[in-house]
Amino acid sequence: MKPGISSIKSETLIIIGNGMVGHHCVEQLIERGAMAHYDIHVYGEERQRAYDRVHLSEYFGGRDAESLALCQPDLYDTHGVHLHLGVQVLDIDRDNQEIITSAGRQRYDRLVLATGSFPFVPPIPGAEGNSRLVYRTLDDLDAIRDAAVSARRGVVVGGGLLGLEAANALKSLGLEAHVVEFAPRLMPVQLDDQGGAALKARIEALGVGVHLNRATSEIVPGEEYAYRMNFNDGEYLETDLIVFSAGIRPQDALARSASLEVGERGGVIIDDDFRSSDPTIYAIGECASWNGSCFGLVAPGYSMARNLALQLVGAQHECFAGADMSTKLKLLGVDVGSIGDAHAATPGAKSYRYIDEANNSYRRLVVSADNSRVIGAVLVGDNSYYDTLLQYAQNGIKLPADPSSLILPLSDGAPTLGADALPDTATLCSCHNVSKGAVCCAIDAGCTDLGELKAQTKAGTGCGGCAALVKQVFEHELSARGVEVDKSLCEHFAHTRQELYDIVRVNRITRFDELLAKHGRGHIGCDICKPAVGSILASCWNQPITDPTLVPLQDTNDTFMANMQKNGTYSIVPRIAGGEITPDKLITLGAVAKKYDLYTKITGGQRIDLFGAQLHQLPDIWGELIDAGFETGHAYGKSLRTVKSCVGSTWCRYGVQDSVGMAIRLENRYKGLRAPHKIKFGVSGCTRECAEAQSKDIGVIATENGWNLYVSGNGGMRPRHAELFATDLDDATLIRYIDRYLMFYVRTADKLQRTSVWRESIEGGLDYLKEVIIEDSLDLAAELEAQMQLVVDRYECEWANALADPEKLKRFRTFVNDQRGDPDIHFVKERGQPRPARASELQLIPVTQEASS
Amino acid sequence: MTQLHTDNTARAVSWRPLCERRDLVADSGVVAWLDEAQVALFHLPSTDQGEQLFALENRDPKSGANVIGRGIVGSLKGELVIASPLYKQHFRLKDGSCLEYPEQRLRAWPVRINGDLVEIAEA
Repeated sequence: MKPGISSIKSETLIIIGNGMVGHHCVEQLIERGAMAHYDIHVYGEERQRAYDRVHLSEYFGGRDAESLALCQPDLYDTHGVHLHLGVQVLDIDRDNQEIITSAGRQRYDRLVLATGSFPFVPPIPGAEGNSRLVYRTLDDLDAIRDAAVSARRGVVVGGGLLGLEAANALKSLGLEAHVVEFAPRLMPVQLDDQGGAALKARIEALGVGVHLNRATSEIVPGEEYAYRMNFNDGEYLETDLIVFSAGIRPQDALARSASLEVGERGGVIIDDDFRSSDPTIYAIGECASWNGSCFGLVAPGYSMARNLALQLVGAQHECFAGADMSTKLKLLGVDVGSIGDAHAATPGAKSYRYIDEANNSYRRLVVSADNSRVIGAVLVGDNSYYDTLLQYAQNGIKLPADPSSLILPLSDGAPTLGADALPDTATLCSCHNVSKGAVCCAIDAGCTDLGELKAQTKAGTGCGGCAALVKQVFEHELSARGVEVDKSLCEHFAHTRQELYDIVRVNRITRFDELLAKHGRGHIGCDICKPAVGSILASCWNQPITDPTLVPLQDTNDTFMANMQKNGTYSIVPRIAGGEITPDKLITLGAVAKKYDLYTKITGGQRIDLFGAQLHQLPDIWGELIDAGFETGHAYGKSLRTVKSCVGSTWCRYGVQDSVGMAIRLENRYKGLRAPHKIKFGVSGCTRECAEAQSKDIGVIATENGWNLYVSGNGGMRPRHAELFATDLDDATLIRYIDRYLMFYVRTADKLQRTSVWRESIEGGLDYLKEVIIEDSLDLAAELEAQMQLVVDRYECEWANALADPEKLKRFRTFVNDQRGDPDIHFVKERGQPRPARASELQLIPVTQEASS
Repeated sequence: MTQLHTDNTARAVSWRPLCERRDLVADSGVVAWLDEAQVALFHLPSTDQGEQLFALENRDPKSGANVIGRGIVGSLKGELVIASPLYKQHFRLKDGSCLEYPEQRLRAWPVRINGDLVEIAEA
């Protein structure tokens, strides 16, 4: 340390590359106080600031570039780091210690290359445009998306990890996907023959074509599709687009032109301290070659970034000593894991194998010659074994007496190495090098929240593969310290929503005060538990929510069966099932809106929303609507909202089923179902998916043979693609599955939890849900269907019910002792319709009388 | 007028009828018109201190909308409160003070049930 010079930035540090590793290096430098010493410039070739390439495939799953970004937009600015995005570095002038960009020259004292790698595209005649796409950057993904618009089928060349990711991306774009691999098995680096075979069987079951032992000799125009790929064995495959994912190569072009030493297989040669052959230039991440190897995973890249940052600020750092290339991931929804010496290449290594051909599961355990330690593993189909096996391998934990128990199926799930069995030195998160000891330290320093732990230690925030283990250790250590996680609904109920639901059902409770007296505290409740219990009672018994014992439980929207807007007026949304409406009904809506001077807007759910009604106007308006044959649309409730549909086979030349008919049938069945949160459906008449069913809680898409069912999609703030749940269902089976699925959601979700978040919180994920809903593994299906039938049978239009009861209508008075409306509600006209006046506009409204002084 | 706030108890309160008892909704709110003011009335027939009635200003200070009477009645840490339906902040029924934002405060009136009538006093 040199006291006294800390405010003078004495050196310029340039980092070329703003990918995951380059960005991590900047973060580490900022954290270690490097800004006091260095003037830092970062050059990124891409337009976007650093983003999460590990989860790139989610870009097609609904995430946008911003949500994939690795930091807040102002992080670099805030700390004075100069970020140059979309700027390519053209050359390095080592003699003058300058880099050359299109904008000019920039001097450096030290230079870090973090240029990553680029996709390798084999030189195949005819590969160009849409037959020569790659899968690496957001721009690449945009290009694939553009190409997919007019495509039916897509091929990925390369059956490795990235190739399968790319195939998943094509599949999520709605294409028929194929994978062409040169080697005799998928993922040849990570898997052995049997593992590759199990993976192939699983992927083919998902409808992805797998073609092994195929080398493409040329690409020519196709007959049925845009291109034809001719293979060197005489076979061919036609396709509309081709994505090359046949491996990556270190991006070392700058290093080569600057005459730095590069490895035989590419990559800037570095020593244990990340230094290239020029001592002022360092290289980290995928562009670096250490001991003849490049490392194409994020964890070793982060380790390099961290230790280089330490070195640059003069702190103690660890020399690079190679990296563990163990990996676990979900490819096309299939668990794949590979640890250490997966091929048992170590002399004397022995293997244990578990093969389940019925379910295409495969596990291989590789142990040392003396049968004492785990040195490698291969997993296909079930990664629940991974964390434990990795801990055995990384920490040299002695094998149990019967090592095969580590990979054999157990009746109660995979054996897990208990959190307490791990030594303090055990690495939980290898991306950010967080040990169990570090987690314990954070807890001892007062951290009791998992989110807080992740923010403090960064554990689980890299590739995310360790999230489950981190959570397990965290919760174990918390409870070991006597801390209990409070899951109470609120101060009145020491139960979760799920527990209250069971209590209500089992004890047949129909009133809030009864539930509170027997299972809660106090006399009154609060605005958390009352609506939650109101929803549970409605889900279970479906009594009119305006009944006297139920009305105090409801939010204002449910109480008045309309949606309160910012000025205290309400909006009204009648049900228009499936979006189908007769001209007469449309005229009624227009006439009512005109009569009551309501602002009118078409909703996203194919309905019409009428805004600006005062409380006392609601019964009159609804009286007219009900006379015209409308019923309530439940837009105010945590309940079924809309079933959006396209016109389907009735009108559309592409439609294969009557989507409007099905939409109306579904909407009429589930209307009135109250749930933990709102529910939206979509029904499309063909795979063109004009009803956007895959962004809905329940999506139904017509096929030639029936209906495909998608579940747990979401639009809104956190979009999520729905997942394919079952295919080619007939009408009755479709409805049965939806009955079960929705009731299981109602029964087990947390309060205000949409189906998408609920689905993500379910242990065992989609497979578990399929077991429960389709295979009836919990022996629950009949009960769930019966519950749904009760709700369906008890359906009654809430507005019709209220209009028939003068006592209920008494609530709909703006003032109980005066006929007038709320004098403080003011509207102004905009584009021919009323809208609430802004505060600044109020003084412009003429008043007939001065306020009395 | 403002001087009346200083000492309620020492002064004889003059009650005036506001609305009828049957206008009230149990464990919930209704709104009555009082000269130029809007009064939200909350009727709790069975609390641990017996039947209670409260009167608060109907205007939500955060939104400026007259909606307080349409919130949910509850109890938090032993105090009876009303949650505003728009932004969900809580006001104490006994005096109109806000739990979350001390700068927000609702006017409160003395109010009572007298036979079939609800009576209010200027406070």
